[in-house]
Amino acid sequence: MLDDSRNALPARPGVGYKPQHFTAIMADAGPVGWLEIHAENYMGAGGRPQAQLRHLAERFPISVHGVGLSIGGEGPLDQDHLQRLKHLCDWLNPASFSEHLAWSTHDGAYLNDLLPLPYTPATLTRVCDHIDQVQQVLGRRMLLENPSVYVAFTDTEMDEVAFLSDIARRTGCGLLLDVNNVYVSGTNQNYDPMAYLDAFPLHLVGEIHLGGHDEDRDDQGNRLLIDSHGAEVVDPVWALYAHVIAKGGARATLIEWDNDVPEWPLLAAEAARAQAVLEPVA
Amino acid sequence: MSQTLFAQALLDPDAPVPAGITDPYGAPAPKRFSVYRNNVASSLTRALEAAFPTVRKLVGDEFFGAMAVVFLRAHPPTSRMMMLYGDALPGWLESFSPVAHLGYLPDVARLDQAMRESYHAADSATLPETAFQRLLGSDIAALSLSFAPSLRLVRSRWPVHAIWAANHEAGPKPQAVAQDVVILRPAFDPRPQLLPPGGGAVLEALLAGQSLGDSVETAGEGLDLAALLGLLISGQAVTGVLE
Repeated sequence: MLDDSRNALPARPGVGYKPQHFTAIMADAGPVGWLEIHAENYMGAGGRPQAQLRHLAERFPISVHGVGLSIGGEGPLDQDHLQRLKHLCDWLNPASFSEHLAWSTHDGAYLNDLLPLPYTPATLTRVCDHIDQVQQVLGRRMLLENPSVYVAFTDTEMDEVAFLSDIARRTGCGLLLDVNNVYVSGTNQNYDPMAYLDAFPLHLVGEIHLGGHDEDRDDQGNRLLIDSHGAEVVDPVWALYAHVIAKGGARATLIEWDNDVPEWPLLAAEAARAQAVLEPVA
Repeated sequence: MSQTLFAQALLDPDAPVPAGITDPYGAPAPKRFSVYRNNVASSLTRALEAAFPTVRKLVGDEFFGAMAVVFLRAHPPTSRMMMLYGDALPGWLESFSPVAHLGYLPDVARLDQAMRESYHAADSATLPETAFQRLLGSDIAALSLSFAPSLRLVRSRWPVHAIWAANHEAGPKPQAVAQDVVILRPAFDPRPQLLPPGGGAVLEALLAGQSLGDSVETAGEGLDLAALLGLLISGQAVTGVLE
């Protein structure tokens, strides 16, 4: 039986935790009601990272976000890594655990990026098998995040929303909806982000991500957006987000800023902007 | 699409874009694929920059970035924990010919690596002062010590402590001497401390579990044992005094 009772982030803004913000957050977190950590950064044996996390967990619900499980990988899940995740989730007892629809490991090499996969019946089965294992080992329901994608695959047979919906139906997992990723992938793959969101099973969404991206051009001169987590959320993404909240109700919403991390006030201001969208429907 | 070909092409800039990867209109998409290549190289380079701050200062940002890309293509991570990535860099630097004239660079990389290991090492309880009273007795030769998991010893024929201090604390210009360094982490911040002459050999023996008497014999003449023990105890690196 999967214990879903702990899988509950508050329907408020959260931020991706960065150690340089520790003092500011402990003094006054402003609109921020919960924090997200990257699981792999807290797998060390001890020291300041572990100590800070223990302090933060006394004050805030914590979301553990894995970036290295390679759920979309062709090979089997790394059982040692899965056990490290279990150890972290067991002592921290986070409010949520999430991972990505992506792969990052091949043949023993870890590539440290979220790599895309074609959407086919075969990849669907493989991803579902991996999610079943994760949920069984962790003893909790996980959320699966939609990716930012830059290329198309000639093998792909299903659209992403159908693929994610099937995964959720087969495994019972929830979904993490990254609205910036929808905007990035929609632009890059030439589909309408609003239509994607209108087809998305919003009742399965346990968390929303918002982040910034870079803009480039591809070989044909078409717009190519690159997920950077290194800038403010752009206005078109805020508009899509407002649409999601109006349609699906208030949800835990993360401001994701991992590169060129700003001073706390700017991050708190982004969180306040999310709060302004959430408050009227909360 | 084969993930084997995809992964190989990520680490080999001369490899073609794997078959089956296009833009949304079915056209070839080398620039789109290169986004993944760049992500892999830049994210791993950032991990190495964070891990080897002294090496980076010594060779400069631009050279370090170019060197990191050569390294990461030959040695992609084998762990998903980026805090561990780069443990092969010090040894690799020994044979990376563009830095052959910087003979001290591999040992400086070892010091950076040891600082990072210390930072993430397990915490240990602090012993009360009374626990050390037996070290004041007359017959301490048979005693041995246990140490905090965060302690690291770096022995070098280069002045690695002086090089570290010159790059992080505006220390004086390093002189050409061998230096052994112990990294102590009393709370959360590891600090490299220069060991007195003979201290490196004694500490190495103590870490191997030898008694104080045997360890001092190893080091030969001239070691101030009281000063060494004082340094280790004040740095909260000694976690037990054993019979």
